[in-house]
Amino acid sequence: MRINIHIVGVGGQGILTASKILANAALAEGLNVIMSEVHGMAQRGGVVESSVRIGDVHSPIIGNGKADVILSFEPLEAYRALDKANGNTKIVTNIEPMVPFTVTIGEGQYPPVAMMLEGMKKVTPYVHSFDAFALAREAGTEKAANVVMLGALSALDILPISPEKMKEMVGFTVPAKFRDVNMKAFDLGYKAVKG
Amino acid sequence: MDKLVHGEKGTKMMLLGNEAIVRGALEAGIGFSAAYPGTPSSEISDTFSRIAKDAGIHFEYSVNEKVAMETVAAVAASGVRAMTQMKHVGLNVAADAFMTSVYTGTRAGLVVVTADDPSMHSSQNEQDNRIYSKISGVPMLEPSSPNEAKEMARKAFEISEELELPILLRTTTRVSHVRGVVEFRERKEPRTKGHFEKAPFRFVTIPSVARKQHKILLEKEEKARKMADESEFNRIIGDGKIGFLTSGAAFNYLMEAVEDLHIDYKILKLGFTHPFPSGLFRDFIKNLEMLIVVEELEPYLEEYAYVYSRQDRPDLPIYGKYTGHFPRLYEYDPDVVERSISSVLGMEYRDPRPERSEIALPDRPPALCPGCPHRSTYYAVRKVFMKDKDKVVYPTDIGCYTLGIQPPYEIADYLLCMGSSIGSSNGFSEVTDQLPIAFIGDSTFFHSGVAGLINAVYNQKRLIYVILDNSTTAMTGHQPNPGMGKNGMGDIAPVVSIEDVVKGCGVKWVRTVDSYNLPELEKAFKEAAENDGVSVIISKHPCALLESAAKKKAGTFHTYRIDQDKCIHCHVCSKHLACPAIYISDEGLDIIDEKQCTGCGVCAAVCPAKAISEVK
Repeated sequence: MRINIHIVGVGGQGILTASKILANAALAEGLNVIMSEVHGMAQRGGVVESSVRIGDVHSPIIGNGKADVILSFEPLEAYRALDKANGNTKIVTNIEPMVPFTVTIGEGQYPPVAMMLEGMKKVTPYVHSFDAFALAREAGTEKAANVVMLGALSALDILPISPEKMKEMVGFTVPAKFRDVNMKAFDLGYKAVKG
Repeated sequence: MDKLVHGEKGTKMMLLGNEAIVRGALEAGIGFSAAYPGTPSSEISDTFSRIAKDAGIHFEYSVNEKVAMETVAAVAASGVRAMTQMKHVGLNVAADAFMTSVYTGTRAGLVVVTADDPSMHSSQNEQDNRIYSKISGVPMLEPSSPNEAKEMARKAFEISEELELPILLRTTTRVSHVRGVVEFRERKEPRTKGHFEKAPFRFVTIPSVARKQHKILLEKEEKARKMADESEFNRIIGDGKIGFLTSGAAFNYLMEAVEDLHIDYKILKLGFTHPFPSGLFRDFIKNLEMLIVVEELEPYLEEYAYVYSRQDRPDLPIYGKYTGHFPRLYEYDPDVVERSISSVLGMEYRDPRPERSEIALPDRPPALCPGCPHRSTYYAVRKVFMKDKDKVVYPTDIGCYTLGIQPPYEIADYLLCMGSSIGSSNGFSEVTDQLPIAFIGDSTFFHSGVAGLINAVYNQKRLIYVILDNSTTAMTGHQPNPGMGKNGMGDIAPVVSIEDVVKGCGVKWVRTVDSYNLPELEKAFKEAAENDGVSVIISKHPCALLESAAKKKAGTFHTYRIDQDKCIHCHVCSKHLACPAIYISDEGLDIIDEKQCTGCGVCAAVCPAKAISEVK
C-alpha cells in the first residue's frame, strides 16, 4: 500500500501543523509514514509544500503524476501543483485566494478561480472546492482553516486512517481552549466533502 | 516531560531528521553542544536549546560556526562528548578549525553535523560537503532517513572515540527536514564535566607536531577504512546483475525507481562513506554486468568507483554523471532518478505529468513579512537614493533582508556570504565612484561583520553600513544572539550593545533610529551620504512576527484599515511600500487583508491622504 498526499498553500496557513497531525494519526494507526516539509527562507510568504506518504514508501517526495490527494489551502497553489496529479487524483482545495505581492505590484495577474477549477476538472473529475476560511470562521476562528482541510481529507474514503482517529489526533494536538472550535471545524470540513 | 528526552527504549515517535539527530546524541550520552543556526541544520540547535535543561546537558549559541567548532573541540578534548551542527556553508566558516582538529584528534566523541542544501532552498550555493571528508581525512556518515540519522548520530560518538577523530555526519535538506518514524534506544547518562589532560606535543600544532600528527591521521584513516568495510551502515540489497551504488537521500528515490521499473537490481547502499569501503565495493562488483551510481550533486562515490574497479573489473561499465546520464545540478526526486536510469538502460520514459490547460500563473516568491521593519528601512533608502541609484551600490548580506532584492525595493546588488556586505564595500569604495550602502542584520553582524568594519575604519573607506537590528535571528527561526539578552539555555544573558561595538571599532559617525520612524531614517541617510568616512546607521525595531505575537498576548494588537472615502488610489501603500497584507481588488481599490496585517502602522505613515487608521 502506498498513499501519497501532497499538501500545498502559502506560508502562515498552518500547513505544517496539519501535515504533522496527519502523519501522527498514521503512526497512531500503526502505519509507516514519511513526510517532507519546508523551512527557512522559503517560508516567508512563499509557496509551502509538504508531502505525507503512508505505507510501503522510501522517498519523502511524491513523484509527478503520483499524488492520490492534492490538499490545497489556496486555489492558485492547487493549480500550480497539478504536475503531481493523474486522472484519479482527488483534489481538495480552498477557494479563497491569497494574492501574491507580485500581482499587486503589477507583475502578473491572478487567474479567475473558476477558470482554475475548470482546468483541474480537465485533469481529474474528483475536485472538491469550498471556502475553508468561511467554514473556519463559522466554527469560531479563521485559524482553524487547516483543521477544516483535515476534516475534508478524512471524508475522501482514501486514507487508511479512520476519521475518528484523525479527529482524536486534532484534539490531542491543539491547545485545550481551542479544542471545541477545532472539533467543529473538522466536522464542517468533513461535511463540505461528504455533504 | 519531553518525550524526546524521556521516551524509553522501544518508543516510536514521528521525528524530524534534525530532532532524531538530537535523540541519537542523547542516547550516546552527549554532554555539550554549541552552534550557529543555519537552514537546514537549525532545528538540531532549536531542539538542543529546548531540551538541554531537561536532559541535564549544556547547549549554547556561538557567534559563528568557527567559534562553535573551536568550543566543541576543546570540550571533547577535555573528555565530554560534544556535537556542533551547521549548514553546509557554515563548515566553510569553521573549516580552519575543523581541518586541524583532525590532526590533534579528539578524546571524547566529537561529531560535526553538516546539513547540505541541494537545490538551494535556503542557501547561496549547493556545495557538496562530502568532499570535506576527503580533504580533511574525517570519517563520514550519511543517513538516508530520520531513523538512520538517529542511529548514525549515536554510533558516530563511538566511532569517534575509537579512532580519536571527529566524525562528519552529513545530511541534506531531504533528511534534515523529513519526518519519519524513529525507534528509541536506551539513553546513556550524560557526562558534562571533564578535565583537560595536557599534551602539548599533540594539541599544540606547531610544525614539528603537525608533521607527526598528519602521519598519525593517515594511520587512523586506514583503520577507519576497515571499519567502513564492516559497518552495519553499508549494506547490500537485492541480488541482480545490474548494480547500483548510492548514499543519502538518493537511496530513497532509487528504491522506488527500481521497483517501478521492475529492474533485477543489486544495490550497495552506503552510510559510512569516508573512507570509501573499498573492500566491500570490490566484492560487490565481482559479478555485475554494469554499475550505475546514483548520488546527488558531485560524482563523489562515482570517482571512487572508477578507482576501485580498476584492479578486478577494469571492464565494468560505470554509468553516472561522467557519462552524462545523471545531473550534477539540484536535488534529486523520484522522477529524476527514474528518467536517468531509463536513459542508461535504454528504456522508454514517459513523462508522468498530466496534460493541462495553459494558464499563466503569477509567481509567489518569498517576501518580507507584513510589518517587517526591513521594509520601512528599504522604503526610506529608496526615497533618499532613488534618483541617484547609479551613484550608489547596495551590497547585502545573509538574512531575511536579502529579500530586499525583490521589486519594488530592488535593494541588493552584491552578495557572497555571511558578512560579505561590509567586506565587499571595502572594495567598491576604493575603486568606484559609487557610494556603498551595505546592509546586514544584527545576528550576521555579530557572526562576521565586525572584522570588515574594522578593516573599513583602518583603511579609511567612505561607505554607509546599515545594521538592521530586529533583535533576533529571524530567518532561521528566531534563535537568540548576543544582542538579545537571552542565551541557548533560555536564561538571561548579558546584552552586547551593537552601538558600543561599532564605536569600539573606531567608527565616529553612528546613528540609531527606529525602523518605523521614516522621517528620522531619511534624515539619517541624507546626513550619512554627506559624511566623508565610515557611517553606521543602526535601524532598530523588533521582528514583526515577534512584536505582533507579543501585542496579541498583551491585548494591544490592532490591525489597520483603509477608509475608501478618503483613499485617492495613489497605490503608495500597495505598490511602493508593497506590504503583502495590502492588495488591489478587482475594482481597483487598495484593501488591507486583516488576516495578514501585523498592525505596524507604516502604511498609515506613508499614506499622503491620511486614509489609513487603526481598527479599534
